[in-house]
Amino acid sequence: MRATTPQQDFIRGIWNENPVLIQLLGLCPALAVTNTIYNSLAMSAATLFVLVGSSLFISTLKKVIPHEVRISTYILIIATFVTIVDMVFKALEPGLYREIGAFIPLIVVNCMILGRQEAFASKRPVGRALLDALGVAAGFTIAMVMMGTVREVVGSGTILQGIPFVVGGDGINLFGSNYEPWVVMISPPGGFFALGFILLFLGWWETRKAQKREIRHWPHSVRVPTDGKEAA
Amino acid sequence: MDKSMGDLFLILVGSMLVTNFTLFYFLGLCPFMGVSAKVGTALRMGMANIFVMTITSLVASFLNQFVLPHAPFLQVISFIVVIASLVQIVEMTIKKFSPTLFRELGIFLPLITTNCAILGLATWQTGLGYSYVDGLFYALGAGFGVTLALVLMASIREKMELSDVPAVARNMGLVLIIAGTLSLAFQGFSGLFTS
Repeated sequence: MRATTPQQDFIRGIWNENPVLIQLLGLCPALAVTNTIYNSLAMSAATLFVLVGSSLFISTLKKVIPHEVRISTYILIIATFVTIVDMVFKALEPGLYREIGAFIPLIVVNCMILGRQEAFASKRPVGRALLDALGVAAGFTIAMVMMGTVREVVGSGTILQGIPFVVGGDGINLFGSNYEPWVVMISPPGGFFALGFILLFLGWWETRKAQKREIRHWPHSVRVPTDGKEAA
Repeated sequence: MDKSMGDLFLILVGSMLVTNFTLFYFLGLCPFMGVSAKVGTALRMGMANIFVMTITSLVASFLNQFVLPHAPFLQVISFIVVIASLVQIVEMTIKKFSPTLFRELGIFLPLITTNCAILGLATWQTGLGYSYVDGLFYALGAGFGVTLALVLMASIREKMELSDVPAVARNMGLVLIIAGTLSLAFQGFSGLFTS
């Protein structure tokens, strides 16, 4: 494994190896509970707690866990943290729990979390594992909030709906009363469409960047710039 | 809890078409994206799913009756541990007694044991308060629903191989948009029941 600096461990998960947008892991919560920004944030917070908690635990215990049963041990540890989150949400926020509660036990089988334990936390010091977990969780949150924003703005015409201290929980109305919300975007197909279009946009962005790079290195490439400015 | 055949049929069709696990609840998306490139593979994956879901449903009902009333906080942990170990045992048995069947289904079994569709089935069946028989029909419906979604997706992707797709769309974005369209089509089934 290549040596990395602590900064790299943290930064990597946020964009270049973003769990949802690049690696396509943890798609189930990213599609299921992102119909409002509030739900997305709540799910991200739950995932952050489980990921950071289990990374810390596993990297602390990495010498004690026998190699042959490591995966089952990781799943048990993750399941314990998920049970804690589940109980806390049920006790503190019953309204929110009604909306996203069905998907909280499923954090256990989010491949992103198990993947980080197997690939990183079980081999590295505790501090690095913490940084890595925080970075990946931040990347997950960014993707979740992107999805939530697209779906809520287009699907309900509001922003920040459901948060009690923003306009009494109704959210800020963005387009006035004449806007007819695209209800499909807050229903299940909208989840697929939103992530699909975000991925298409990222693909287009990458292709464009690659083309620009090619033009900049013009003498070595076969592509001829059209406007002549770049060649100079 | 006694239910008529009609109720059981509603549970079966409901979990297969109306609340399809893949297209309505987004469960089991990793295999849905991963192995839906060829119809044959997708079909075998679906079969393995039906198989594991049936076992899961029975295990969940058993745990609900005998273990969880005494220790409700163990729900997530006990479901995942018991299901994973049972599937492991079944996998070894199949490998020993029927190598042909193992080649057909076996390689998918470890893949789907720790899959969200399986754990989702177990928890939601508990949440809905289903008995053994109800749960069995729920699991069969869910399994066939997942198979249906996988095979439909694989057929579309096989056609897509032959068509001229713009370079930008050659990543998973297009697959997700097709899945969205399928999901939209499946929403039409929600008009089946008017109760």
